[in-house]
Amino acid sequence: MNNMTTKEEEIAENEISKVDPFYGDAPIPEDKLERYNKGTRIKTKKIRDRKLKGTLDLTEKKYGSAVKQAARYELLLTEEPGFLETEEGEESWMVDQQSIVKEADIASANKHFQLKLEEFGPYRIDYTRNGRHLLVGGKRGHVAAFDWMTKRLMCEMNVMESVEDIKWLHTENMFAVAQRKWLYIYDNQGIEIHCMKRLNDTLRLDFLPYHFLLTTTNRHGYLQYTDISTGNIVSTINTKGGRLNVMCHNPHNAVVLLGHHNGSISMWSPNQKEPLVRMLCHKTALRSMAVEKRGNYLATAGQDRKMKIFDLRMYKPLHSYQLSTGPSNLCFSQRNLLAATSNNVVEIYNDPCIQVQERPYLVHKMKLPAEDIAFCPYEDVLGVGAADGFVSLLVPGAGEPNYDAFEANPNRSKQQRREWEVKALLEKIQPEMISLDPFMLSKVDHVTAERLRKDREEILGYVPDKPAFAPRHKKKGRSKSGHVEKRKKKVKGEKLRNHIRDEMKTKREKLKKDERKAGKFLQTANTDGQQVVEPAMMKSALDRFKK
Amino acid sequence: TMKVKVLSRNPDDYLRETKRDIHKVFRNYNPVLHPFEAPREYMRALNATKLDRVFAKPFLASLDGHRDGVCCLCKHRKRLSYLFSGSCDGEIRQWNLTNRQCIRTLQGHTGFVRGLACSPDGKRFISVGDDKTVKHWNSDPLSEERDIPINTVVAKSLYTGVDHHWTDSIYATCGQSVDIWNMERSEPVRVYKWGMDSIQSVKFNPVETNLCISTVSDRSIRLYDIRAAVPLNKVTLKLRSNVAVWNPMEAYNFTAANEDHNLYTFDMRKLDFALNVHTDHTDAVLDVDYSPTGRELVSGSYDRTIRIFPVSGTGHSREVYHTKRMQRVFTVKWSADNRYILSGSDETNIRMWKARASEKLGRMTPREKAAADYNEKLKLKYAYHPQVKRIARHRHVPKTIYQAMKEKKLIKDSQRKKEQNLRANSKPGTVPRVPEKLKHIVLPPQE
Repeated sequence: MNNMTTKEEEIAENEISKVDPFYGDAPIPEDKLERYNKGTRIKTKKIRDRKLKGTLDLTEKKYGSAVKQAARYELLLTEEPGFLETEEGEESWMVDQQSIVKEADIASANKHFQLKLEEFGPYRIDYTRNGRHLLVGGKRGHVAAFDWMTKRLMCEMNVMESVEDIKWLHTENMFAVAQRKWLYIYDNQGIEIHCMKRLNDTLRLDFLPYHFLLTTTNRHGYLQYTDISTGNIVSTINTKGGRLNVMCHNPHNAVVLLGHHNGSISMWSPNQKEPLVRMLCHKTALRSMAVEKRGNYLATAGQDRKMKIFDLRMYKPLHSYQLSTGPSNLCFSQRNLLAATSNNVVEIYNDPCIQVQERPYLVHKMKLPAEDIAFCPYEDVLGVGAADGFVSLLVPGAGEPNYDAFEANPNRSKQQRREWEVKALLEKIQPEMISLDPFMLSKVDHVTAERLRKDREEILGYVPDKPAFAPRHKKKGRSKSGHVEKRKKKVKGEKLRNHIRDEMKTKREKLKKDERKAGKFLQTANTDGQQVVEPAMMKSALDRFKK
Repeated sequence: TMKVKVLSRNPDDYLRETKRDIHKVFRNYNPVLHPFEAPREYMRALNATKLDRVFAKPFLASLDGHRDGVCCLCKHRKRLSYLFSGSCDGEIRQWNLTNRQCIRTLQGHTGFVRGLACSPDGKRFISVGDDKTVKHWNSDPLSEERDIPINTVVAKSLYTGVDHHWTDSIYATCGQSVDIWNMERSEPVRVYKWGMDSIQSVKFNPVETNLCISTVSDRSIRLYDIRAAVPLNKVTLKLRSNVAVWNPMEAYNFTAANEDHNLYTFDMRKLDFALNVHTDHTDAVLDVDYSPTGRELVSGSYDRTIRIFPVSGTGHSREVYHTKRMQRVFTVKWSADNRYILSGSDETNIRMWKARASEKLGRMTPREKAAADYNEKLKLKYAYHPQVKRIARHRHVPKTIYQAMKEKKLIKDSQRKKEQNLRANSKPGTVPRVPEKLKHIVLPPQE
């Protein structure tokens, strides 16, 4: 009875597959699978141990299904990225902000606004990681933090000193201001929490979010890493590169890039006093740098009005753009749009790294030169700080449409923020793990294994506590110094001799085996009645004279 | 006309409607949004291992009541909460493990209570003692005749162990010989005797129910089939084994707790070599019991510690339990729900421990359980990283044990070095390498 039912089922399946053209699981496109694929499969064919082979096969199967599931999940993502489609004769760079604002919906139209702050100097800006809060700092001391979507002001003050740079720390609760002499850390209500006197004459600030490290460069060429969760300065490095006012970090591996006045770039990690990499990018001083979010490409701008794109994996130059006036600020968005400001013109290029773009995607002209630009994460917005205040520009297609709430959630509540903060602190990566390859921990450390093996061999072969081989004293003049040295040498070279002897033995056996094999082939050739084939081995030195 | 779409999120889709709802959490598994996967996962694994050590509080309760050292423990075969224990002054107690109370006390024997065994239907249990008697009792603590034995059998010699068949009403006792009894009879049905050896323990196989195993004082472990008149097979080790138990899952494997501080796991079909040698104890191993999963075993030793070993693997213990107040551990049992370990020791206490020291007892919410499972998997994945391994392996042991372990290691290393030197200075092939699994077995003399 049971057999009958399974046969029936088989027949039914066959019939269905004949009728249903989409029978079975939906196919997943290759590029999507590639995105989630984490590495190559383990080859389990040659493993002898059955239990190990079974567990490895099962693990690989699970990984495969996990990759497929992750690729399939993309169907469930709700938002689509922004876009800009122009009419027949029009090009996208001809479109100005007013037209975009007119065509976009009302919520997006509110995202374009301008803050006229003419008194307190050129403004530097920073967005929080979830793109919700904005910090503006003017050179003459005006610092303000607010939620730019709801326009709710968190704090606004004048620190009564010149402000070099400002940066949000891990949440919207704290920010750092590099003032004239020292670095100050403020609460989001404007209360001064810390004054760090060891971080003096700071020019630029940067924050590594997963390591909780605030990196500061100063006028005298020092690069300092401060762990803001514990408060201690992890590393102070004298870069000997002069005044450091060009800094950015690679989001893929948390390596800090510094641009120098001789056109070179150096990459630093807190574990070394020397740079990891030095790259010559321009013939003139560097003005700005930006690293793409995946860590593949680097965009640099120099005094020679050129903007160059480099491949960061191979450290090779890819493209070179010549702009009318050299770009003074560069910024990559989450979807690989590059914003470059030259004087008072802001140009946005759509994916300039893979292909050379003839024309920019969008262009915006301002009254005064731009001081600082930043793309807002998860929004199609570019913020520009200039000498006369702040302007927020709409850039369709800049932001990542679907955020992951456990990484950065723009709509998070206080409770969610607290939970996230605790989890982030628990997962805080130690600065010792910063290196060029962030996946070092998941790889097998062949170098250390080799070194340990060699050390162990040495240890087993030679015991340092034990005195070196002292040959027995022989009588009747057989213990002359020369003879003693000979005996010592015999013992020393013993290991090497054993090794050579074993190797020669195996080689000879292999040779014999090959000969025997060739001999077998010879026999079969005879029985078939075909021509006799000579074995490849030379029996004597005179064989080469025979025909 | 120009088409423009700027990213705008409708707050209704992203914010919860009322305070009573849960927050809406959107996920995107694109690896670009999740950088530093490997270091973050490593930190999580490190934290999981550290928290495991922080929450490792295995001792649960001590059941006190006995007035002399606890000699033997017996699990009820039908109910998880009942436990029988016999002590060196002949007292037998029945405990309720959920309340941790003693529910019945019986003055069973006038000497040691050497063995206890429970019948498979759970209605009776059997005790044997130094006063050469075998007594059958009622398991029900509330029955009318709870204080007097149902049956008493007087024998000629004293018995050192008893075990009940897993399905039929047959039980076996061991002493001078292995005797197979029927519940109603007063004479053994079958007697297996071989020379003048005395037999320490006997255990029936839970799956292949007609097989039983016994440890004999001539350092051997013997297999019997009760349908046959002659013992089946035996394996001889270098020192005597105290107890041999069957693996409840892979019932062709058994483990013997030996006097030479080791436990040996054998496959009964091939007794030429040990499947695994479990070393870590520093004194004679007195009792061993398997977990109901068949993957781990617990052993109690004369060196005042209880160790938990994985059955397959390098042979080292994954856990060691000790207390200042716990003296020589005579008997250990792993509870049938795989959660608790019970130990009876010389200072009259029965202790209840957790099988997994940092496990949370009681009900876990699904989120808690998911987090616990994730942490377990993380610990497994990163188990070989040096920092994680160091933390996971670290256990505090009493000074005497620590010194004894160091000494054993020193002895082992020096013996190994001596063998290496001997091999290096003799004709190649004269000093063969004997693997650990063969080393401890004494082969019978060639005929």
